This record gives sequence, structure tokens and C-alpha cells, in this order.
Amino acid sequence: MPPVLELRGITKRFPGVLANDRIDLTLEEGQVLALLGENGAGKSTLMNILYGLYKPDEGEIFVRGKKADIHGPGDAIALGIGMVHQHFMLVPVLTVTENVMLGMEPIKQKLFLDREAAARRIRTISEQYGLDVDPYALVGDLPVGIQQRVEIIKLLYRQADILILDEPTAVLTPQEVLGLFQVIRSLLAKGKSIIFITHKLKEVLEISDNIVVLRGGRVAGTALPQKSNERSLASLMVGREVILTVPKEEAQPKEPVLEVENLRVKGEGAHIAVHDISFDVRAGEIVGVAGVQGNGQTELVESLTGLRPAQSGVVRLLGKDVTHASPRVITEAGAAHVPEDRQRDGLVLSYPVADNLILNTYYLPPIAQKMLMQEPAIQQNAERLVAEYDVRTPSVLTPVGSLSGGNQQKVIVARELSRMGQLVVAAQPTRGLDVGSIEYIHSQLVRKRDAGAAVLLVSAELDEILSLADRIIVMFEGRIMDIVPIEKATREDLGLLMAGVHPDEHSADAAAVKEAA
Amino acid sequence: MSEENSTPKTTKDKKPARRFRERWRALLTPLMAIVTALILGAVVIVVTDTSVYEAFEEGFGVGLGRAVEVIATAYGAFFSGAFGNPGRMVNGLRIWIQTGDGRAWTQSLYPITETLRYATPLIFAGLAVALGFRGGLFNIGAEGQYFIAGLTTVFVGYALTGVPWFIHAPLALLAGILGGAVWGVIPGYLKAKTGAHEVINTIMLNYISFRFAEYMLDVGGPMARGDGRPVSPLVQPSARLAQFFPSNADIRFNIGFILALLAAVFVYWLLFKTTIGYEIRTVGQNPRAAKYAGMSVSRTIVLTMALSGGLAGLAASTDILGVIGFMPNAFSSGYGFDAIALALLGNSHPFGVVLASLLFGALQAGARNMQGVARVPLDLTDILQGLIIIFIAAPAIIRALYRIRTAESGEEVVMTRGWGQM
Repeated sequence: MPPVLELRGITKRFPGVLANDRIDLTLEEGQVLALLGENGAGKSTLMNILYGLYKPDEGEIFVRGKKADIHGPGDAIALGIGMVHQHFMLVPVLTVTENVMLGMEPIKQKLFLDREAAARRIRTISEQYGLDVDPYALVGDLPVGIQQRVEIIKLLYRQADILILDEPTAVLTPQEVLGLFQVIRSLLAKGKSIIFITHKLKEVLEISDNIVVLRGGRVAGTALPQKSNERSLASLMVGREVILTVPKEEAQPKEPVLEVENLRVKGEGAHIAVHDISFDVRAGEIVGVAGVQGNGQTELVESLTGLRPAQSGVVRLLGKDVTHASPRVITEAGAAHVPEDRQRDGLVLSYPVADNLILNTYYLPPIAQKMLMQEPAIQQNAERLVAEYDVRTPSVLTPVGSLSGGNQQKVIVARELSRMGQLVVAAQPTRGLDVGSIEYIHSQLVRKRDAGAAVLLVSAELDEILSLADRIIVMFEGRIMDIVPIEKATREDLGLLMAGVHPDEHSADAAAVKEAA
Repeated sequence: MSEENSTPKTTKDKKPARRFRERWRALLTPLMAIVTALILGAVVIVVTDTSVYEAFEEGFGVGLGRAVEVIATAYGAFFSGAFGNPGRMVNGLRIWIQTGDGRAWTQSLYPITETLRYATPLIFAGLAVALGFRGGLFNIGAEGQYFIAGLTTVFVGYALTGVPWFIHAPLALLAGILGGAVWGVIPGYLKAKTGAHEVINTIMLNYISFRFAEYMLDVGGPMARGDGRPVSPLVQPSARLAQFFPSNADIRFNIGFILALLAAVFVYWLLFKTTIGYEIRTVGQNPRAAKYAGMSVSRTIVLTMALSGGLAGLAASTDILGVIGFMPNAFSSGYGFDAIALALLGNSHPFGVVLASLLFGALQAGARNMQGVARVPLDLTDILQGLIIIFIAAPAIIRALYRIRTAESGEEVVMTRGWGQM
């Protein structure tokens, strides 16, 4: 039997860039093919070619053994190819049913939409593949993980049997990832085939049947998950040996830099997001804040950096009360902030790299003298930071929005860590980044710690916390469950704490259960 | 969509030649928009001219000849109305040199000075709206700010007596700036403090200012002249702006145009060379990042609206002090609304606004002459302006028509945001 999908010698050139260079790829029926590569390796281009959004300069595509001419998404859909984009293509104000049937609406009495018929089909698909979702819910009200299911249902509704998932786990919580993997397995069991695009190594090893690694637009190698490990895949992807755990000495904590006492912060709406928490971060240590997303970490960081008012409690930075201070005052008191949402808060995408590198020092000499911006100083500052922090950009005058995610983050990291900050608050500093950038940003955070700064690292990735932090704060529903020194931290205990269970209670419960039995 | 095509591997800076090509390409689209509008305008001229139909009844060739003649007359009048008649200029210059009598020469300059005079308030109003756009604010209230500034300017202009011109005229201009600024600050403050959308509030304030001016200037009103006409008293000569050709009463070209150019340079300097401009642009592009960077978003919004209102106010001041000499009740000019088109046409860049205003000024001056000489109604200007704006607003039409490649995008200006989004 021929493979369900085969690409032969696909080449695509953009002005100045060879995005895909003679790429061969084979997808067998009922299998998951992982397409692994750093940002800019050519994964998205390749999939856009397959989906008909780009025309390849050379090469051929075969679907079920037959040569296919794909001129647009319509052709791709007709061939049974469907794609879930990294950024969902859903209309938030419409219901699940309306979103799914959009473009192929069933009609009754020649005039009216037949929502019920569509909803019935959606129910059938949901049951068949274990994609639990309410057909009449508004998409905007659904959590991201469920929205992704809606996208998958959309493909199944159009009878796709080759599913392309572009970075499907980038926006999901760990629990949602597990849910997605279950869905993928049930899809495979029904004979669907999947291309899974990612740069997360663990996931690749867990879910795929076959791995193709792209680097610089070429196939750098293929691998089988049984015969690979994270290290081998990472070096294939980056093209050199990769250090997955950051080498660092034991922390030498000194005086407290950030002191938080009984801090209470309101979230969106009326609910209390942070409940009277207290902790400190000392000079020369990294304190990690672990927790499933949405347990008050975002509000905590916003409050510490002056972006969200505190309801009660005290925050002291180097002994100075900054509880109700503005972002400017907190910054000037010595805090650096790598924000959680880099594009929303940390960058002005239309500005050149150089202008983004002065976002919170624009009014200080040497960048400005009185109210006059000093072009040469801005330029010099940019040239220096771009070189020092390895930001890959065509020039310092390139708009930041046209850089890759990793390089955008490096711009922020360069700006924040290059200042003489005593405190670094880094929220999800490596979310959505490739291995190379993660490695780099981690080493910079450790370097900052060793230089005597206090680092507060908030991350949804437990691995990141475990490899960087010296002490770990676990948050659950706005409260601190526990503060664990790294020597005593285990993945299992932290996982329980993140779910709101104290490990001793858990073992006590387990003992009680045993006794009862 | 793809990250690949946006991470080129070259690290070299752009070559000057390439940069020049990009600039040219950026200018090409508006240029072709104007040409296309003129072509469509010609079609309108022909189909609305009855003599063309009559000529076509005599024969196709005759009709075609007549059509070409009509277009040539109309646009001929248009261009000589906007830029002057070269023959007359040369002749005037010759008389001046031979006899020392410069009157014919000055008179031949009348059309081009009219273009510049029309352009003057447009530049101010266009800068006002463009500055707002840069700060993420859609100031539809330039018209209302213009009215209030008219009142404050004219009041200082006629009520103050016995001061030398070098104090009086600047004072009257300042009064206009302040009047416009106050009228701009109101919606700015409401936006900053309550999130109320500036589009709604500026429109509402427009109505208030229209009625307020009516009350002040109507017969028997506090600022009426008292001779039974709904107009203000004449401003003192000491408040009038200096004229370039005081000997020729037809020519009303005055120092206001120079002030407008200076204002454009000032706005450019402010926006792109100062920390205040950096704040305005950052708030306009990404208010959340501005807040993150420690800027005061509300203060910046209020400041932007004050500056915008002040610029709109100068449109009224220069019109009153430089051209009319008093404020009529029916002052409405539409400058405030043209200004939105000018800001769009000029891509919210101060120098772009100047070019766009010169174009609109030429359209106004040219159309007046066209109406007089070629009997083509003045309304053709509205059609031409409308067409140009459509083609600028939908550049894809022009690019597709002439196969122009897209220019590389830089800082795009956010027109406006939804309710309370800061």
C-alpha cells in the first residue's frame, strides 16, 4: 500500500532565503509523523505548501500514491488534508456549531440554516473520537484546550484524514496536553494520519511514530522515537551539542531584595487572585514560582511590577516600600521585568529593534538629553546589546515584529538584564521558544543570579523551574502551597502541590485508605 | 504566517539605492491614485457635458473631438487656476523688468498663492488629526476645535486695542491655540479617566461648539458686530498677519503659510526626536507596552489631544487673522473633516500631510477657475477628492491597476481602538 502522503524534493525560495531545500517526507497511514525544528527551520513553510497557501518552486506531492496539484486550501481539503493553525481560526462570538459548519452550512427548506443537523453531526464526531464539547457553547467562552478540539472537529467535519497540527501544545497547560494526546490516539485508532509540528522534544518522544528534523530549510535527519532521546534530538535540531540542564553552582543567597508580606491582589472581575501571600527573594538566588497557569501567578507578577494595584499587604524592594508604586518607580528602584506576554506588554512590534531596546530607559541619559532623543546613543546601545545578547536581526532598524519569537524574547531579555537591576522578575521567559533560545536565556538568568541579583522566575514548565530555581514556591488558587528548597524538591511532590494537595496529607490519605481496606 | 521569510540571513544594512527605490515606491501609489482620479474626473466631465452629446449626434469623430476639447479646456483652466498661467507670468516679469511696474507680475502669481492660501488651514488641521493618529486617537473634533479657536482668536483680535502688532498677533494666535487645546483636552481627559471613546465625544463637542458659536455671533449675541449681520467685529489691524503682497488686494497669501510649514517641522521634531514624541507614539502603538515601560498613558492621551486641538485651532487663527479678518457665523469650512482625509493621504506623517494639503489646496483653487472659465461645476473637486481618498484608502486597487509592488511596511498607524481599551 502506498504511503498516505509523500513529499518529494520540495523546494521553496523567498527573496534572500531558501526556506525549503529539497525536502522529502513520508507519512504512513495511522501514524504520527513529528516534524521537529527550531523557529525558522522551514516547518511552517513546508506545511503551508502542503495546505496550498504557497506554491513550491520545485518538487512533487503524492496523496495515497497519486500526484496531487494543490493550488489552495480548497484543493487540500478535497484531498482530505486539514490543518490546525497555531493561532486558531475561530470566530469567538459564534457557537461551536456555527464555527464548524462555517463555509459548508447545511440548509433546510432551501433557505434556512440547519443548525440542528450540523450539531447532530458534531455530537457524533465528538462521541466517536472522544472530543467532548458542547455544540451550542460560544467559542469565546471556551478555554484554549477546548477551542483546539473545535478546530479538530472542524477538520473531521470536513472529512479530513490527514491532520496537520501546527505547534498544538504551545498554548496548552500540561493537563490539556495530556487530553490532546488522548484525542490523537483515538484519531489514530480510527485510521487518521497526523503530522505533528513542534519543537518540544518530550512530546515528540511520547506521541510520534516517526521523526523528521528540519534545520535551515533542509532535512537534518530522521529518527525513531524508540532509538532517540532528548539530547540526540536537540543536537540534531540545533546542529551542535546542546546543554539541556544549565550548569550552575550552588546559590549563595545574601540579603533579601524583594520582601512580600500578606499580599492580596484582585484578578479580572471581583475575585481575589492572590490571597495574602508572603515570601522573599534574596540576592544571589533564583526563586521559582511553580503552578498550573491561572493560579494567581500572572496577577502576582503584575502587582509586583506595578501594573496591577495591590489590595492589601506590603511589598518591599531593597527595603523600600513599593506596594503602591508605579512601574516607573519600581523600575528605577532596581527591578527588571520580562513580561509573560512579550508581544502584548514587552514590545512595540512596529518599532525597530533599536527603539524597543530603550523602552524603559528612553528618557534617561545617554539615550536622551533633557527631552531630546540621542540617535547615535540609541544606535550604539542597540548595536552593543544585539551583539552581546546574540539577537539575530538583519539590522537594528528592522521592526521587531518581523523577528522570530526567540529573537523577540532576546530583545526583551537584553533590555531587561543589561540594566543594573537588583531584582529580575521573569514570567514565562521561554514560552514558545526553540531549544537554542531557551538554553541561552536560562544561562543569562543564572549569570544574573551569580552577579548578585535576586531572580523571581515564574514558569508553567516544571522542568524549567527544576533546572533553574534554588527555592520553589508552589501556588494553587492564589495561595502558596509550600516553599520547597531545590534539594528536597521532587517532580511528584511538586505535581501534588500544584494540584492543591500536600504530599504528607496525600500519604496520610493513602495510609487511611489502606487501613480502611 | 511563516516565520521563515521574515528572518533573512543577511546582516548588512540596506543599500542607499534600495532605500531610494522603496521611497519612490511608497510615493508611487498616491501619485498614481491622483492620476487615476483625474482620468475618472475627465470621464465625469465628458458625460455631464451636453455639448458632447450634441456633437456625437453629428458624428462619432466630431463627438470625440468635442470630448477631448471639453476635457482640455476644463483641465487647462484647472491647472492655470491652481498654478498660474506660464505665459502670463513671463509677460508680467517682462513688464516688471522693462517698466518697473510689478503689478502684472504679481497678478500672474495669484493662482499659485490661492493654492497655498487654501493649503494653509488644511496643513494645520491635517497635522492635528495626524498627530492624534500617531497617539492612537481619532480626533474627529478638529472642526469643533476650529470653531472654539475662531472665537478665542477673534475676541483677542478685536477686543484688545493699543498693543503693537508684534505682541497682538502672537497673542491672538496663542488664544486660538489655547481655545483649540481646551476643546481637545475635554475628550482626551474623558478618554484617559473613564475610557469614553474620543470619536463619540469629539463629534458631540463639535455640535456644542457649532451652537455655541451661533449663540455668540448671531444678531444680538455677545460677540456680534451690532450692525445687523451675524458676524464678529473686525480684528484690529495690529492683530492681522503680515501679507506677502500688501499692494494687491486680490492676493491674500500671508505669513500663515510659513507658520503652517513651521508647525509641520515642529510636529516632525516632536514626534520623532523627543521623548514626548516617543511616548505619544508608544501609547499609540501599544498602550500596554507604554504602561509597562513606565509611561503615564492617561497623561500622554491628554497631552496628545491638547496638541491636536491646538493645531486645529491654528487653522482657524490663521484663517481669521490672515485672510478673513473677522469670524462669520457660518464659519463652517469642513477643514476638520478634510483633515481626516489629509492625515490618511499623508500617512500621518507631518511632511506627507503638507504634500496632501498642497494637493487639496490646488484642487480647490483649480476648481474655482474651472467653474469660471470652463463652466464645470465646483463639485468636481469633491468628486476628485473622494476618488483620491478611495484609491489611497484601498491601495490594492491602484497596485493591481498599475502592477506596483508592495512597499516594505514600517510603523503602521493605529486609527482607533474600541471602547476603553487602553
